[in-house]
Amino acid sequence: MSEAFRTRDGGRIDRTRPRSFRFDGVGYQGLAGDTLASALLANGVHLVGRSFKYHRPRGVVAAGSDEPNALVGVWRDEASYAPNLRATQVELYEGLRAESQNRSPSLRFDRGAMAGLLAPFLPAGFYYKTFLWPRRAWARFWEPRIRAMAGLGRAPTLPDRDRYAQTYAHCDVLVVGGGPAGIAAALAAAAGHARVILCDEQAELGGSLLAETEATIDGMAAQAWLAEALARLAREPRVRVLPRTTGFGYFAHNFVGLAERLTDHLAEPDPQAPRERLWQVRAREVVLATGALERPLVFPENDRPGIMLADAARTYLRRYGVKPGSRAVVATAHDGAYRAALDLHRAGVAVAAVADLRPDPEGPLVEAARAAGIAIRPATAIAGTKGRLRVRSARLVRIGAEGEAGGGASAGETVGCDLLLMSGGFTPSVHLFSQSRGQLAFDPVSAAFLPARPAERCRSAGACRGTFGLAAALIEGYAAGEAASAAAGRGGAPGLGFAVTGAIDTRGGTLGATPHGRDAARVKAFVDFQNDVTAKDVKLAVREGFRSIEHIKRYTTTGMATDQGKSSNMNALAIAAVALGRPLPEVGLTTFRMPYTPVSFGAFAGFARGELFDPLRRTPIDPWAEAAGAVFEEVGQWRRARYFPREGEDMHQAVGREVRAVRQGVGIFDGSTLGKIEVVGPDAAEFLNRMYVNAWSKLAPGRCRYGVMLREDGFVMDDGVVGRMAPDRFHVTTTTGGAARVLATMEDYLQTEWADLDVWLTSTSEQWAVIALQGPRAREVLAPLVAGADIGREAFPHMSVRACRVAGVEARLFRVSFSGELGFEVNVPADYGRAVWEAILRAGRGFGITPYGTETMHVLRAEKGYIIVGQETDGTATPDDVGLSGLIGRTKKDFVGARSLRRAAMAAPDRKQLVGLLTEDPREVLQEGAQIVANPQTPAPVPMLGHVTSAYHSPTLERSIALAMVRGGRARIGEVLFVPMPGRVVKVSLCDPVFFDREGVRLDG
Amino acid sequence: MQRFSALSLFRQGLSGHRGWRAQWRSPEPKAAYDALIIGAGGHGLGTAYYLAREHGMRNIAVLDRGWLGGGNTGRNTTIIRSNYLFDESAALYDHAVKLWEGLSQTLNYNVMFSPRGVLMLAHTVHDVQVFQRHIHANRLNGVDNEWLSAEEAKAYCPPIEIGRHLRYPVIGAALQRRGGTARHDAVAWGFARAADAMGVDIIENCAVTAIHRDAAGAVTGVETTRGTIRAPKVGVVAAGHTSVVMAMAGLRMPLESYPLQALVSEPVKPVFPCVVMSNTIHAYISQSDKGELVIGAGTDAYTSYSQRGGLHISSHTLEAICELFPMFRRMRMLRNWGGIVDVTPDRSPIIAKTSVPGLYVNSGWGTGGFKATPGSAHVFAWTMAKDEPHRINAPFTIERFRDGLLIDEAAAAAVAH
Ligand SMILES: Cc1cc2nc3c(=O)[nH]c(=O)nc-3n(C[C@H](O)[C@H](O)[C@H](O)COP(=O)(O)OP(=O)(O)OC[C@H]3O[C@@H](n4cnc5c(N)ncnc54)[C@H](O)[C@@H]3O)c2cc1C
Repeated sequence: MSEAFRTRDGGRIDRTRPRSFRFDGVGYQGLAGDTLASALLANGVHLVGRSFKYHRPRGVVAAGSDEPNALVGVWRDEASYAPNLRATQVELYEGLRAESQNRSPSLRFDRGAMAGLLAPFLPAGFYYKTFLWPRRAWARFWEPRIRAMAGLGRAPTLPDRDRYAQTYAHCDVLVVGGGPAGIAAALAAAAGHARVILCDEQAELGGSLLAETEATIDGMAAQAWLAEALARLAREPRVRVLPRTTGFGYFAHNFVGLAERLTDHLAEPDPQAPRERLWQVRAREVVLATGALERPLVFPENDRPGIMLADAARTYLRRYGVKPGSRAVVATAHDGAYRAALDLHRAGVAVAAVADLRPDPEGPLVEAARAAGIAIRPATAIAGTKGRLRVRSARLVRIGAEGEAGGGASAGETVGCDLLLMSGGFTPSVHLFSQSRGQLAFDPVSAAFLPARPAERCRSAGACRGTFGLAAALIEGYAAGEAASAAAGRGGAPGLGFAVTGAIDTRGGTLGATPHGRDAARVKAFVDFQNDVTAKDVKLAVREGFRSIEHIKRYTTTGMATDQGKSSNMNALAIAAVALGRPLPEVGLTTFRMPYTPVSFGAFAGFARGELFDPLRRTPIDPWAEAAGAVFEEVGQWRRARYFPREGEDMHQAVGREVRAVRQGVGIFDGSTLGKIEVVGPDAAEFLNRMYVNAWSKLAPGRCRYGVMLREDGFVMDDGVVGRMAPDRFHVTTTTGGAARVLATMEDYLQTEWADLDVWLTSTSEQWAVIALQGPRAREVLAPLVAGADIGREAFPHMSVRACRVAGVEARLFRVSFSGELGFEVNVPADYGRAVWEAILRAGRGFGITPYGTETMHVLRAEKGYIIVGQETDGTATPDDVGLSGLIGRTKKDFVGARSLRRAAMAAPDRKQLVGLLTEDPREVLQEGAQIVANPQTPAPVPMLGHVTSAYHSPTLERSIALAMVRGGRARIGEVLFVPMPGRVVKVSLCDPVFFDREGVRLDG
Repeated sequence: MQRFSALSLFRQGLSGHRGWRAQWRSPEPKAAYDALIIGAGGHGLGTAYYLAREHGMRNIAVLDRGWLGGGNTGRNTTIIRSNYLFDESAALYDHAVKLWEGLSQTLNYNVMFSPRGVLMLAHTVHDVQVFQRHIHANRLNGVDNEWLSAEEAKAYCPPIEIGRHLRYPVIGAALQRRGGTARHDAVAWGFARAADAMGVDIIENCAVTAIHRDAAGAVTGVETTRGTIRAPKVGVVAAGHTSVVMAMAGLRMPLESYPLQALVSEPVKPVFPCVVMSNTIHAYISQSDKGELVIGAGTDAYTSYSQRGGLHISSHTLEAICELFPMFRRMRMLRNWGGIVDVTPDRSPIIAKTSVPGLYVNSGWGTGGFKATPGSAHVFAWTMAKDEPHRINAPFTIERFRDGLLIDEAAAAAVAH
């Protein structure tokens, strides 16, 4: 198709580089430099979407990120499908494919438009008033239907392959917005030798200058000046200019989030290159130069395709060389629309009339329009429009002295047109300023909220501060950049004057609905296009008692669409203020929330995906286990070998073999994931006295002890063996999952409560590989490898620790057991972990040494009634509950949790206590988590006495065993209780939790 | 009260909806009431509603420093479920779910309670143990909660990825079918309208600045930005600001206030049929009737009263969402906000009388009190009216922290070992 509406020359598109693209399956041609919106308009396509609620046909309204209607889905393949993109921001590339949304079967004939016929019965908030009966009909019938109607585009269905990057940056001056004010600010800060970041959401920097064809700056055409200014900034090594980068969030302490789009505009992006990059910038000073957005006029049927903002039309013409129609009516309350009318007129678009709401428009632009022969109708409003898929005519009515419009449905003059431009004036973009918690004040002169009191080190300049003239914006921007640079401790370069010609200052504007003389309860004058909120919806909300602007927003959904009210909020506010009979500033604005425009989830997630989402921690021995065919499980962030099946074995068989090996010979286990903390200093023992329930002062160097740590509320938080290496040095171990938490808790106390203690904490979890050797023959295997220590039965008793050498490597050797057998734990520097592991394996070959995993470790310890924190305990167990009250240092005055342990409830006889369970049927392994009751026949709610915490088949006892926490459990030993399962009940008898070797003789082997 | 129905909507439609009246009044505060409620969130408004309806207390007022429903009620991700572990919690939350099931009809206001099912994902062996414990306990307490295999979970919620290739593979899930979501604003508005119709004054933009007490220490009324208001009974339902309000009566609460964030995506056609929660990787997601993906993030690590959380917190949540649902990576964040939640040491609420006669408190709902709204309001109204707790809230005292009778739902979710 030809670009029938492309001008012959002018604009910033590249006429030598045509680009073909498809929209809804139809092929078109555009040019490099086009957006999808400008390319469609060049082809005369205005109908691009359907609205949210009534499925009304909609066209392009704006030229930037404020576009409410022209939302499209864009894709290269399904994995790159992106819904809800604004066509005004989608840069055209060769082969681009896009589709319209929220219509079925097609954009022109949309079944959903039926909703429009029912519109009289579907006002704001209708869904709160109906669908009440029958009771289940909402969830079963209505809701699914409403859900199907709602939503805009469709979500992608395949995983996104693209990469997303993140980066952190510091700078002296961050300038958000690259229009004249922002560029001037960056020039000033650069001249002061400040480190500057300048970003703009558009593909090109320049803002309003990109459509400026008349003005000159410092003797140069505005766009030539722009090119030179950008070239100057590009030469500055301390300045970073980021196009396609949106400042989306302004957080505390001048922390600003920027979203940079890197590849969406390319025909063939490098698959290795990130699609987007999230910048997290900490700026000393911020300059906001975010401009202003034109407001639509709220008149009846103001939403037809072909009705667009006046300044957007001018942008299409000047920047993209596109005539957005052939015959235009202009409706305005602002001088700027005259500039659009004149531009269109000069480009050969017939301008049928300018309807100005103001009684006597005046000024140079009005004069110029008049001189050009354009018909100007003062005190004239639009009372309605016609045209199904494109505006066909507008009806113009006179406004009387009282502000009322000529009444009746047929009054006024109907003017044929295929383009209707509107301008209600400009709203300064104070979003980021307000996000930073800066205070706004209503300026009655410009009828706008302007930045008043900043909460951060930030300055606003240009249109976002209500300064609209080109010269004034440049001067203000430069001054802001200079002041920011100076405030950041850099130089302030002397102020530049800017000599500007040909830029005519404009004024005017209106807020709220315009008069139309029709039945206000019936006409549809849209305030929020995308969400189909009309002026009468806002009034209805007020009538129904919604008085806060936040309520009105929520009840009508105005301002809650994907444009977050960029073009609608001020009009909605004005209509609400009139309906409430209160002054507009008193009604106030709703809160601005991040992000300024939508930002991809992927950008926030950044590199964190797959392995990098939460890097899996592997021990030094992990590669060996993998080669040995281990089955792994994930514990916290670690992966651990669960068991080592031999050919043809299932878990049950493998675990049985591994357990028997440990009980009868020797097993080897990788315990490297244990948390380790080196606690050092003259007060180390005192510190541990306070952190643990145990007493440490009397623990001799070379000895170790099983320690238990409580939370302040008296419940078990963590446990582990602590070895005293020297009077002032302890080797503390924690559970695998608790390592970080224990260190953080220790640091917290040390730094905030006991700053007087002379202690250092160092995490050594990853420094030590831990190899456990358990079983009656463990010493025989290990002894030949040990140098520098006697590990004989008497010299090295249970609960001892020595620094020595194992297989030639510096080691800390513990004699400890988590299996109930004679046991050692060899700690060697992680880099030697695998070598020592293999050396021990070699040494053990003759003894049938058997590697075992966490499942076997669990069974071994359960046979011995040893608890696992987080399995037997759940944060509600005291040491006594799990049978560990004997550990509590009797003479200690205090430790974390001590006071809580003295509370009455902590000694109540019916607390849940650790017991063993035996099922009647020795083959029946209970389910962990199953509940225990006295009488399974009771109807719900059944009183529960406790629950099963661990349950296994015990190869040693050749039957099932379980541990459980049961109310008053210790006193119930011998009793029979019940475990109700769905459809059946299991009978259990309570027993001591130690199932094997109750005397502990095997430890001393 | 003007009844709402399809018929009334149709009739009004014929006359351009000119006949709708205010859903609640905007009265001036009277000098005295029989009872005052501080905080017009769902819990406070609901309390007023049940006080008026079930206890005949109609000369009462609800005070709020801002607009009604503007606190956490209007900021939450609306997950409703009752599959809590402990008997006390299961009774409380299930009481609420039963009320949710008929709330639209009771209030004549469509609160859009949508029992679409809450699916909690298990990623580790430890998760499985914890979930099984919940499922067994719930069954015996008469609360529905069932175990699904990974395949069954995927069938229930097709966007879930269940391959072993994931960093945190889904190895099963617990499903409460009666759980779901509701429309938060409608809950506040529905309670407000129904309470107002029975004569309750709802007074917005009226911050309480002091609590007055007599010589014996009993409550006599409050000072507000709109003047002194007398009342012999005051119920504090101020969520994140409870500590501040209770300090006005000289009480220190076992509460810490943290910012909690949520966010929504741009709206899309239905893709996500239920609510999915993953406690292990911190992701909570559902899709609103409007089509937005509604995503809950975590609390900040530090206490604060600024209704704004850190960017890294919401980013972390989106990492988890993208990991679980990699096809959502190209979806975009539309809006992000925060609320201030009041957290108790055992993560269970306080619904109780206090040591100050005439002063009652309903707080400590932390990150999960929306689901309890009607149940909490119902038993709190009872407590205020009768000056003694209802059977269901009797365990939820302040003194339990002194005595050690905790209802530790956070601990019940346990820790990885
Ligand atoms: C982001 C987020 C997500 C959440 N997600 C969920 C979820 O999915 N499921 C769930 O069950 N729960 C969720 N919650 C928790 C839930 O929102 C709250 O527990 C619940 O809404 C609390 O209701 P409320 O009525 O007690 O408090 P609020 O609604 O906060 O009401 C308290 C009111 O007290 C007023 N107030 C405070 N101080 C004063 C004063 N001095 N004078 C007068 N008035 C005062 C406030 O203005 C406020 O309106 C979430 C919370 C947040 C913030």
